[in-house]
Amino acid sequence: MKCLVTGGNVKVLGKAVHSLSRIGDELYLEPLEDGLSLRTVNSSRSAYACFLFAPLFFQQYQAATPGQDLLRCKILMKSFLSVFRSLAMLEKTVEKCCISLNGRSSRLVVQLHCKFGVRKTHNLSFQDCESLQAVFDPASCPHMLRAPARVLGEAVLPFPPALAEVTLGIGRGRRVILRSYHEEEADSTAKAMVSEMCLGEEDFQQLQAQEGVAITFCLKEFRGLLSFAESANLNLSIHFDAPGRPAIFTIKDSLLDGHFVLATLSDTDSHSQDLGSPERHQPVPQLQAHSIPHPDDFANDDIDSYMIAMETTIGNEGSRVLPSISLSPGPQHPESPGLHSEEDEAEPSTVPGTPPPKKFRSLFFGSILAPVRSPQGPSPVLAEDSEGEG
Amino acid sequence: MRFRAKIVDGACLNHFTRISNMIAKLAKTCTLRISPDKLNFILCDKLANGGVSMWCELEQENFFNEFQMEGVSAENNEIYLELTSENLSRALKTAQNARALKIKLTNKHFPCLTVSVELLSMSSSSRIVTHDIPIKVIPRKLWKDLQEPVVPDPDVSIYLPVLKTMKSVVEKMKNISNHLVIEANLDGELNLKIETELVCVTTHFKDLGNPPLASESTHQDRNMEHMAEVHIDIRKLLQFLAGQQVNPTKALCMHRICRSGKKTLLFRVETNETSKVSSVLGDETIFL
Repeated sequence: MKCLVTGGNVKVLGKAVHSLSRIGDELYLEPLEDGLSLRTVNSSRSAYACFLFAPLFFQQYQAATPGQDLLRCKILMKSFLSVFRSLAMLEKTVEKCCISLNGRSSRLVVQLHCKFGVRKTHNLSFQDCESLQAVFDPASCPHMLRAPARVLGEAVLPFPPALAEVTLGIGRGRRVILRSYHEEEADSTAKAMVSEMCLGEEDFQQLQAQEGVAITFCLKEFRGLLSFAESANLNLSIHFDAPGRPAIFTIKDSLLDGHFVLATLSDTDSHSQDLGSPERHQPVPQLQAHSIPHPDDFANDDIDSYMIAMETTIGNEGSRVLPSISLSPGPQHPESPGLHSEEDEAEPSTVPGTPPPKKFRSLFFGSILAPVRSPQGPSPVLAEDSEGEG
Repeated sequence: MRFRAKIVDGACLNHFTRISNMIAKLAKTCTLRISPDKLNFILCDKLANGGVSMWCELEQENFFNEFQMEGVSAENNEIYLELTSENLSRALKTAQNARALKIKLTNKHFPCLTVSVELLSMSSSSRIVTHDIPIKVIPRKLWKDLQEPVVPDPDVSIYLPVLKTMKSVVEKMKNISNHLVIEANLDGELNLKIETELVCVTTHFKDLGNPPLASESTHQDRNMEHMAEVHIDIRKLLQFLAGQQVNPTKALCMHRICRSGKKTLLFRVETNETSKVSSVLGDETIFL
């Protein structure tokens, strides 16, 4: 495999690696006929990211030496990222970047041709691996929205960088709402501030979702794709389904496309995924943008009534109404033979105190029985074999 | 208990945000006192020595174009709330380009101060950011500890030099010693002094001017050049100086020795008479 990246595309490649580094610790590099794919998955298998660079992205692209099989390798993300660590440096000094993988040598060679005749060569060790695939199909998701990355970047500004999860949903009047999500703390004295951003439908190029739908996903992982999309000035699409089903975030331009697939909290795990404000008791739709101008209702602002409400449980403001979406966890992907037991998701009840992503179900590393329609070609879905066997 | 207020003026919002940032730099939690004419931010640090206690007063009508409150009761028409300072400053940070900012006392799942910001947006639709800051209502019996610090009849009261200059001087001094001696007299002279075994560094400020003192009589027989001094922790002073982001129209320092021998230093910073911040630092004399 040999590919040569020149000019501004070096920085684009670097940015993509930075994005991927937000997700996983290992990078799967696979040269395909339709381009170079860089993929990663997180340790709990609740997030998958993939960038595919078309042959035209490169000045020179050779997927494999003729007569040889396509090679695949898995590299430590840290190692690969160190080559592209300083984006400023890439922009200023690197003229060309050459990535080559020789079947005989056991090193992935990344060579940076810089100004003033400086050449930096990185020899990275890698492991052979199976193709990392995730089963997902954006077309099968009933809901989607698309907006310029800049709009979404502005939408997440109110949230602190440390915020782990965010709930995205459609509220009354087709307003798109993003709200910070905090797990119910056992120690309820230390409450976190809840922030919410409410955007109008006009900010979106496409909005195909009913009022009341909402999903909760990891914001930190999403930021990885968002920062790439913002720097490349692309539109970002979000395809989603019921809570618990993975959400698919995509970007695309003529030279590359990116997919981030993130697990979402399922209804059984979350209580407050509904974005309805408790002041209103309407069965449908549940999602309310309580920031829509409405006659200020002081009755709900009265702190004293909170004191009273603590005693009673009948129709009080604290009751949470679940979304009207069906609560069935969705079709479980049947376990397929040949999948390692490591694919089984951790049961929430057995992992108290672990960070939220572990509670997500890794549904999409699923069965080969499900129709495979991955953008990467017809290769079957296989779990990556830690033994490195064929 | 009810409270709702609205700011529409950009300059007022800016000033309010800077005050909130200053509070966030000084302490993790602060008390917000709401009364019909004023809004106060109060920080109480009850440490024995060199504790910082800060009192900030805002004239409500200088900031809000709508302000309605109803206190705990008719006789006690005030509200005292405790909140995490950083939450408020973070909420206000999103209001940089706002058309309007509303603050309300609400109880959604828990009592909170809801800050609602209507952003200017390029598209026709408005964007609204809402922050629900969790608060704790402070019961009436604790209100007495949260009153304005009074430093009656200071011995010496002096206008401070440009705070930025003072801050850069103190910052350099911090590398040499943890304790600073502030000396001031009624002749417009202020000294910042640090002393270690090896070195003693003093920065002199002259011609600073002294505000008129309340009781003239006691000062006629005073030596104008007599320096009143107090020892304080440099870090606390820096904390106070670092928080000053607003260019004050008046910044002064009052020094007082109580009968018990305890010395107190009060820094007061005023901006355009719309906000007043008082910081009290206690004396920390090192007994050798």
